[in-house]
Amino acid sequence: MSFKMFAAIDAGSYELAMKIFQVSKAGGVKEIDHIRHGIDMGTETYSTGKLSPPRVDELCRILGEFSDIMKAYRVSDYVAYGTSAIRESENTAILLNQIEVRTGIHIEVLSNSEQRFLDYKSIALQGEGFRKIIENGTAIVDIGGGSIQISLFDKDTLVSTQNMRLGVLRLRERLQHMEASVGKYEILIDELVDSQMAVYKKLYLKDREIKNIIVVDDYISVLLRKKKNGGEMRGYAGKELIDRVEKSYQTKGLSGLAKDFDMPEESMLMVYISFVMLRRIMETMGAELIWAPGVTLCDGIVYEYAEKNKMITPAHNFEQDIIACAQNISKRYRGSKKRSETLEQIALRIFDSTRKLHGLEKRERLLLQLSTILHDCGKYISMANLGECSYSIIMATEIIGLSHREREVVANVVKYNHLDFDYYEEMGRYRDLDRESYLVIAKLTAILRLANGLDRSHKQKFKDVRITLKEGRLVITVDTNEDITLEKGLFDGRAAFFQEVYNVRPVIRQRRVIGG
Amino acid sequence: MCEVNYDDPGFYTNRELSWLLFNKRVLSEARDKGNLLFERLKFLSITASNLDEFFMVRVASLKDMVNAGYKKPDIAGMLPEEQLREVNAATHELVDQQYGIYNRSLLPQLLQNGLRVVERHEKLSPREADFVDKFYEENVYPVLTPMAVDSSRPFPLIRNKSLNIGALVRKKDGDKKLEFATVQVPSVLPRIVRMPAGREEREAVILLEEIIERNIHKLFLSYDIVCSCPFRIMRNADFVLEEDESEDLLKEIEKQLKKRQWGQAIRLEVEEGIDKRLLNIIKTELSIGDEDIYRIDGPLDLTFLMRMYGLFGFDHLKEKGYTGPWQVPAFPPDCDIFEQIRKEDILLHHPYETFAPVVDFIRQAARDENVLAIKQTLYRVSGNSPIIAALAQAAENGKQVSVLVELKARFDEENNIVWAKMLEKAGCHVIYGLLGLKTHSKITLVVRREEDGIRRYVHLGTGNYNDATAKLYTDVGLFTCAPSIGEDATAVFNMLSGYSEPLSWNKLSLAPLWLKDRFLYLIKRERKNAAAGRGGHIIAKVNSLCDKDIIRELYEAASKGVKVELIVRGICCLKTGLPGIGDNITVRSIVGNYLEHCRIFYFENDGKPEYYCASADWMPRNLERRVEILFPVETPKLQEKLMDILSTQLQDTVKAHILTAAGTYEKVDKRGKGIVNAQLEFCSKAAQAARAGEKVVSQRTFIPETHHE
Repeated sequence: MSFKMFAAIDAGSYELAMKIFQVSKAGGVKEIDHIRHGIDMGTETYSTGKLSPPRVDELCRILGEFSDIMKAYRVSDYVAYGTSAIRESENTAILLNQIEVRTGIHIEVLSNSEQRFLDYKSIALQGEGFRKIIENGTAIVDIGGGSIQISLFDKDTLVSTQNMRLGVLRLRERLQHMEASVGKYEILIDELVDSQMAVYKKLYLKDREIKNIIVVDDYISVLLRKKKNGGEMRGYAGKELIDRVEKSYQTKGLSGLAKDFDMPEESMLMVYISFVMLRRIMETMGAELIWAPGVTLCDGIVYEYAEKNKMITPAHNFEQDIIACAQNISKRYRGSKKRSETLEQIALRIFDSTRKLHGLEKRERLLLQLSTILHDCGKYISMANLGECSYSIIMATEIIGLSHREREVVANVVKYNHLDFDYYEEMGRYRDLDRESYLVIAKLTAILRLANGLDRSHKQKFKDVRITLKEGRLVITVDTNEDITLEKGLFDGRAAFFQEVYNVRPVIRQRRVIGG
Repeated sequence: MCEVNYDDPGFYTNRELSWLLFNKRVLSEARDKGNLLFERLKFLSITASNLDEFFMVRVASLKDMVNAGYKKPDIAGMLPEEQLREVNAATHELVDQQYGIYNRSLLPQLLQNGLRVVERHEKLSPREADFVDKFYEENVYPVLTPMAVDSSRPFPLIRNKSLNIGALVRKKDGDKKLEFATVQVPSVLPRIVRMPAGREEREAVILLEEIIERNIHKLFLSYDIVCSCPFRIMRNADFVLEEDESEDLLKEIEKQLKKRQWGQAIRLEVEEGIDKRLLNIIKTELSIGDEDIYRIDGPLDLTFLMRMYGLFGFDHLKEKGYTGPWQVPAFPPDCDIFEQIRKEDILLHHPYETFAPVVDFIRQAARDENVLAIKQTLYRVSGNSPIIAALAQAAENGKQVSVLVELKARFDEENNIVWAKMLEKAGCHVIYGLLGLKTHSKITLVVRREEDGIRRYVHLGTGNYNDATAKLYTDVGLFTCAPSIGEDATAVFNMLSGYSEPLSWNKLSLAPLWLKDRFLYLIKRERKNAAAGRGGHIIAKVNSLCDKDIIRELYEAASKGVKVELIVRGICCLKTGLPGIGDNITVRSIVGNYLEHCRIFYFENDGKPEYYCASADWMPRNLERRVEILFPVETPKLQEKLMDILSTQLQDTVKAHILTAAGTYEKVDKRGKGIVNAQLEFCSKAAQAARAGEKVVSQRTFIPETHHE
């Protein structure tokens, strides 16, 4: 049987971690080693914008050791991701290049939504426990050093996700900055968290009933997953655990807390901050059960890798989550659901029947679908500046599961559906966009514009179209008895861009339905 | 019934006094006529070297406390001054007993058996005198460095533990003033000098210092020798490493080693009948008090008896009943160690069973192309260790080799530094111990890439990876490739390399973080079971028991009816026969041919018994200041083997002493129990198993049965 050795490296805000995995089709993913080194990168980045030279040295030294460990395990592939501390540093490019030159390890920076999506994926891949818990209203609270991410489930689909700058490291930083005594932390954390949670509740939570909290973090999870701390089932706890933590802290201080829950004393302040925050969140939501599956970013990284290499089959429909998120965003900005659906139908039909022309894959189909869902979100702000406003909304809203690049593609496709297309030579000048993404944007824009043209009157006349590629022409056959003069009239402008991109001329053919 | 408060210091024994009792048990083996004569020499020698170490470490530390005005009472409520006083009294008594045995029992019997030890050079025959004088001229004189003290020459450095001859001398043509002179008995020459034997005897020997004393006038030619006498001093050796301050741990230890001989003098041994004036000079120069002076009725430093044991021609006076080490059937000769471990977990009981598989484990790993990494902790290693050689070879073969070398292993630093440097040169990743902690755990991890994935092989032991001491110490070691232990082993080495602790442990418990709590939990669980009427039973075999929390928990458990059977070789601060406990706790100590060293623990756990082995004793230093590992043994077959070890020791009637309620140790009353010598039992069991194994292996030819009944 063949297997591969894979290493996942997470350069986090306060910890550098590497997991070594053995991955195979038959055996799935098996963790072999987990090496962690505490290194506070977040504090420096958040306060000064850069890592200090000694910190960079430390980072490189440990990564060098990681590299040796990888060699010893004969690791064939690895993926290393940097998160907020690296992402938010002012000189990311210089830093990453320095690391690569010194250690040979190439670190990619994850956008927040990519990072959270990986966390989410690794939770979902926990299988039964996950499926069971999301039967009831559930929120994932993903606590990082810089920020926290709250994602909500409706039935078994993820519907919204919000990022708040309430990461534990950042909170600690702010608390220490206020020079508050540790005794006051509880009140201060409550206030900091409350102000954000109130807004969150009003705008996103509304009256959803959230019973369960899935926690992804490095402190609460560790405590919860210790044998002696858990209830009957490892990783699960109710509110009484939080009470126990607070009581232990109030009577015995941080060192007593460390002893009671068998944790290293130096991490207890973070544990405490995490718990106080979690309690506020749970109270806001009315949640009762905590589940800490104990997954880390490294788990997400390996699952992504295994999925890509077809060594595991996904246990959950993540695309459905992404679509649901987009639908929710559209709803928030009063997008027309009916029109979106028509657009979606037509656009995807065009996409599917022109595969030979565009050569795009499933993932781009999803991006097109998202573009149709979000095509008119900007009109909430300005009907005249629909294109620019839609672009801004999409770029400012997190869609879990989309990479930054993918989000950029969707935003541009929506934008150029309304505005004149900018060619690469123009677009690339002020956007950090690669040629490949540009081509995807062009191809999807052409399709969306065409679909949009077919539903110009917004009356869904073209709901049932057949599209065929015949002798260098894209024949769009529509069965309708309605008047399609408007569509036909405006069609030429739309068709021109399509022809420019694909060198195929679209034509409309109407078939009147007899007796219709 | 009122609850007894087991916190009372009256319920605990001072550890130093308990240690002295242990050394007396060793001494009783020297006295025991049931032992062969040369074995008795060996035991006597061991009591002497034990006492030396005890002084350098424990007494020195007590002295430090007194000097520093430290006022904290010990576990038994004694202040340092009190302890020192009682230790001194007990030591004087012990030393008297040592020489009583030597002079009155051993010397006459040696003579009877043809070995004549000439005690004083005055007793040499003229022929022998000629012989030793010639020996002196040829061998001794060239290496002597006599030193005289006068106004221009200060009092010389007297090295720790060295044997010296002090003399008062007077210038032949000067004033009548007495001067002090001294010469060290060279340690490069053997202490025992063989002389031509007479017709009626097998061997005649004299000690080196006698020869030097006889010829001392030849060292100080222009002086008259007024008197001369051997003396020996012991200095404080228990230095505390200033870990936080030293940039480089290695350098610090090298420096300390050079400094050690400069420590404060804490014991002076002189021959009885020393000239008062001579003694006064030494006493003043070393600033040593009367209570620390030991007047010895016989030769100083009895450790020379170990060399006497090595004399040829007295084999019939040496113990041959302890056979082994034996091959184990689980590891047939030339087997693939990994294959054997894959079949099942294997537990070895040394020295009855051979230590060779442990060495082979690393040797094979070093050569095996599928092995990715070898990681090991090394505490005390033999000189010229085959394990070190194998590790170096593995590194040269491109494997990742990580070795934690404990430099803080007492008295072994110099040895350790040499080979640690050698390993580094070979390409091993060497960790020189952990800041503030001694790494005492014995664990080896071999990571191997196999057809169906990564497999980890682990060896966990109670004894050091030292092939020499493995022949003398009783220890157990477990080989396993159970994934749960493999994962933990990986985590152990990650921690030792300075990475964060793992999120959770599967099977192992580590000191200083988790082990003590684990022990307390296991004992408490028995107590709860007993209190609930489900019974409780603990058997623990350790070398020392002096952790107050553990002892109190044992008291509590026993007071609720848990049966606690302890096998404690050395220090035991626990007392027996306490109110509310009675016979529920028994303590026995086995002092035998081999040094009892394994730590085995049995907890009944309401009918689901659990077995553990550990590198740790029940001492605060093990549980709080060292890295130690407790590992469970879960295979039923191996649990049986551990139970057999424990129960055989509990049945021993030959080498076992029982701790009485009065605090003394008494030999077992053999009546109605038969004669059981546990160590001999283990030898014969190992031999039997080995022979049974051989049969299986050698059944390559058929043996036709020739007659039928």
